[in-house]
Amino acid sequence: MTNSTLTVQSVTKRFKSHIAVDRVSFALRPGERVALLGHNGAGKTTLFKMALGFLKRDEGDIAVMGAAPGSNSARRVTAYLPESVAFPAALTGEEIVRFYARLKGANAGGALELLERVGLEDAARRRVGTYSKGMRQRLGLAQALIGKPKFVLLDEPTTGLDPISRQNVYELIGEVAEQGATVLLSSHALTELEARTDRILILSKGQLVADDELGTLRAQAGLPIRLKVWTKPGAVREVAEQLGAGKMNGTSVELDCGLDDKVRTLSAISALGNLVEDVDVHAPSLDDVYRHFSNTAQKEA
Amino acid sequence: MLSRVLTIAAQEIRIGIRNRWILLATLILAVFSLALALLGSAPAGSLGVDRLTITVASLASLSVYLVPLIALLLAFDAICGEIERGTLLMTFSCPISRPEFLLGKAIGHTLVLTFALVIGYGMTAALLVSTGTGSLAGLADFSRLIATSVLLGVCFLAIGYVLSSLTRQSGTAAAAAIAAWLVLVVLYDLALLGALVANPSGIFASQVFPYAVLLNPADAFRLFNLAALGASDLVGGMAGVSEALPFDPVLALASLVLFAGMALTASAVLIRRITP
Repeated sequence: MTNSTLTVQSVTKRFKSHIAVDRVSFALRPGERVALLGHNGAGKTTLFKMALGFLKRDEGDIAVMGAAPGSNSARRVTAYLPESVAFPAALTGEEIVRFYARLKGANAGGALELLERVGLEDAARRRVGTYSKGMRQRLGLAQALIGKPKFVLLDEPTTGLDPISRQNVYELIGEVAEQGATVLLSSHALTELEARTDRILILSKGQLVADDELGTLRAQAGLPIRLKVWTKPGAVREVAEQLGAGKMNGTSVELDCGLDDKVRTLSAISALGNLVEDVDVHAPSLDDVYRHFSNTAQKEA
Repeated sequence: MLSRVLTIAAQEIRIGIRNRWILLATLILAVFSLALALLGSAPAGSLGVDRLTITVASLASLSVYLVPLIALLLAFDAICGEIERGTLLMTFSCPISRPEFLLGKAIGHTLVLTFALVIGYGMTAALLVSTGTGSLAGLADFSRLIATSVLLGVCFLAIGYVLSSLTRQSGTAAAAAIAAWLVLVVLYDLALLGALVANPSGIFASQVFPYAVLLNPADAFRLFNLAALGASDLVGGMAGVSEALPFDPVLALASLVLFAGMALTASAVLIRRITP
């Protein structure tokens, strides 16, 4: 535990009667890319604010590189990009990065280099008011990369971005993690996180309901693979009977099967020959896995 | 520590230049002071008083209205505006302490205000000196006016910071700032005047009134400047009081300094309690 970037131990936070974060524990290692998922109001931002020292926890312990959150030594290694930031519109991108570099005691001369890394070198001397949403978000990321932080907190870094900008964001996150920093990001856009994070934490109503790699979570959830079989006109009933189950739906049959049944079911479908026109195989996505864990937790509660 | 404070201050000045705040404040002060100097001092010649000095007397009354307004407009957004925009979260996640942040803002805003006062009023002084109607003694009065106006500005900047850290929306803070201006600059005087008229020879007039004037930074500012000019016979109004004061007018200056210090301390205490 001593070499963890962030340690959270049975942390609880109450707002009046409502419990925002409920006995949450986890630890993040250097170089990990971790996604924190949860519905609106699940406690993600509250957890972030406690890790930054802005909010006091009611119970439990948090340590950032062994130091108290919000202490000077913790803040020196932490970088943070809040959910929605409106930088002063009258200043240029370069001025804003220089400003935060000075506050962090980093070399302000590296501002242009950072802007280049996020692809803003051409807009460095333009006013932020003229930036597009994606550019502003990249400027926020440039701010979060100042001074080679060890612990990077990103609150919904890709919300409202187009697919290419999102990809850029994840590439940057990958680079930062390769240099040994821990990246903790929260997100709503679950499907885009696949293959871009090492670990996933799921918060539901303040409780941590999952903490593992995506593959493991998928296996734990035991979610079925959904097959959709498109049939020849009029052959729906026959196909459904042959496959032994399934929901009929106009010209298609839908059926679920377990992971170990997948190949057997597919060969059964191909044995139907020209009754079948096409097959869709839909493996459970991160959305499904997330919904599973979040629903299970709510049922237990 | 100093470099972080100066970073914040420099940022405020840069924003002030970019969004033309400095230009606007300078222009307002220049236009009003020129108007007062050129129109208001027409009868000064017959009184045999330095025209610069009598202009300073009118400018002191102008400062009482304009400087608090400009200061409040600069300050009301300083904290809650940054909360709204999310930039305070980012700034406070940097290794900067909250009093350092506030001090930087105060220095930046004070310099913006000082610039506007020096250039705005300075243009009037330069005009009067260049037309041969001002003297060196008048310039000293002018410098005193600018210096005390800055001090008055700091008092109201600090009031703005207090209001800004008590509210979470800049709209609310703006309303509170306007209310503060109205109460301290306009209604306070009216209330005192009303009480004085109701009972001109009672205990209020002799015991309470002078200290009530001292407590409000706007009144303390006017009291000190008019007393220092010895111009009570020229401008009348509030200035007539200064001769009958039970204390040295320098106390009014001390009151301004004290008020600024206390209000800044209060805002430093309040900003520590903020969750950005």
